[in-house]
Amino acid sequence: MRAMVYRGPYKIRVEEKDIPKIEHPNDAIVRVTRAAICGSDLHLYHGMMPDTRVGMTFGHEFIGVVHEVGSSVQNLTVGDRVMVPFNVYCGSCYFCARGLYSNCHNVNPNATAVGGIYGYSHTCGGYDGGQSEYVRVPFADVGPGLIPDWMDEEDAVLLTDACPTGYFGAQLGDIAQGDTVVVFGAGPVGLFAAKSAWLMGAGRVIVVDHLEYRLEKARTFAHAETYNFAEYDDIVVHLKKETDYLGADVVIDAVGAEADGNFLQHVTSSKLKLQGGSPIALNWAIDSVRKGGTVSVVGAYGPIFSAVKFGDAMNKGLTLRMNQCPVKRQWPRLFEHIRNGYLKPSDIVTHRIPLEHIAEGYHIFSAKLDNCIKPLVIPSAA
Amino acid sequence: MAEIPTPYTAAKPALKESVEDLRARIPGWGADLDPADRPSYPREQPGIETGAHWDFPERQPEKWPRERSVEHAFLTPVFGTSTPPKGASGAIRKYAYKYSEGRAAHWLLLIAADRVDAWESHLRSFATMRPDNPVTETGVLSEFSRHGVRSRFGQKRADVNHQWIDPLLVGGPWVLAGLGGVAAVRALTRAAGGRK
Repeated sequence: MRAMVYRGPYKIRVEEKDIPKIEHPNDAIVRVTRAAICGSDLHLYHGMMPDTRVGMTFGHEFIGVVHEVGSSVQNLTVGDRVMVPFNVYCGSCYFCARGLYSNCHNVNPNATAVGGIYGYSHTCGGYDGGQSEYVRVPFADVGPGLIPDWMDEEDAVLLTDACPTGYFGAQLGDIAQGDTVVVFGAGPVGLFAAKSAWLMGAGRVIVVDHLEYRLEKARTFAHAETYNFAEYDDIVVHLKKETDYLGADVVIDAVGAEADGNFLQHVTSSKLKLQGGSPIALNWAIDSVRKGGTVSVVGAYGPIFSAVKFGDAMNKGLTLRMNQCPVKRQWPRLFEHIRNGYLKPSDIVTHRIPLEHIAEGYHIFSAKLDNCIKPLVIPSAA
Repeated sequence: MAEIPTPYTAAKPALKESVEDLRARIPGWGADLDPADRPSYPREQPGIETGAHWDFPERQPEKWPRERSVEHAFLTPVFGTSTPPKGASGAIRKYAYKYSEGRAAHWLLLIAADRVDAWESHLRSFATMRPDNPVTETGVLSEFSRHGVRSRFGQKRADVNHQWIDPLLVGGPWVLAGLGGVAAVRALTRAAGGRK
């Protein structure tokens, strides 16, 4: 089969690999019909995530058709069209049994701090991902869900991570009616977080980024007020002024490890790998939320320490909430919102890249060329 | 005297838009106003139905000594089998797993192993029919087909101030390796000449 393969920082190519095999009785092998490149894939691509090995196939956002099932699989049959959450999880450990699917303890031998994620380094379990023609899906009775007949394929692939994660980011903010919500980052997750904040009754939603074309999308897709931080000497002061010096009730960090806006922070993390992530957006969030407010973090950071302004978070009495999203728990409500016309996830797709050209796809997304917001990957066998 | 800003007095600021206006402008505004309508609420729901039909999953066969965190009681029953550790980078990785996740040494050794792995793999590729090609593998040619200049300049982008580092990070080691190779060849040539 053809599969994207990591060759070192900033370098990937497509190679011939063996079709994955059933390795556990509850495995399924899925033929991928659509995958996506996630902003967090760029952390791998840039060499920021420890234990990212040459030869690994990335991709944790994908849908497909069941090609083979293991002997204990009861809920799926060959030929089923499935959407697969980015979380690999067992459904039975202490954490899964309470709904914390993203914190599963039975699928990632390499680390206890993080659960399993497809195609996301050995730090997240060492599973090959879905930017390929076929992928191994463990715990087929637990994770994958059937794609409803009425659902568009591109909506389905965005429901495997970006859309539920954005909604989850807003949810972690515990938004109350009339709250002012600031979202840092107008990428896919930030756009969905902003859109979801309205569903939860926000009175004002502000999106901050430095890419004008993404801010334009935040205005049209997420109905948000927007600010380009590159136009202000100090975006925190501007946000304070905009909120009559109170600060926002809720701030969502939808940027994570490669935030821009401070040369030193960015270079020491993204380029020199001396920090687990560049905490610029997180520090701005801590500074621009009101005292007693909530900071929600759904941007991804690496496991190494980052220079976070924790003292201000303590002194302001903030509630900090964060996690990887338990995707499948979000689905039923998000399906309703799509059917009701409140959400159209595929509206943010800008590029559809054949798998054979995935190296260009990564570069376009990484360098933010061609007004790229969300690139999908189309495998040759789709 | 100007009005006193919000936080210096007790009153909550008025909404910029009324609820009626928000509902009219934003599709679905307030649909999930009640936290009980939000998914994964409450965060922990003991006994949630997951589809699992086991108390503890059957164990996947371990085909090589699988590296694992010392914070785990045992090898997890299911694990990824991509890219087993190999070469010098593999030795560094195995050593890194002697340290817990709480130790910086664990992560810094893994990052070091990643860099060694890249170079081992580049060198190994030169002994194959498909050597690494930094031009095609970086996708950099899309700079020409996807408006590299227009996408960056005149756009108020904050990342332009450090993007010049990327080619150095990617190409720098190749240039240094090339110069090193040339220097080595010249040194060998000189040495051979000196023996005549």
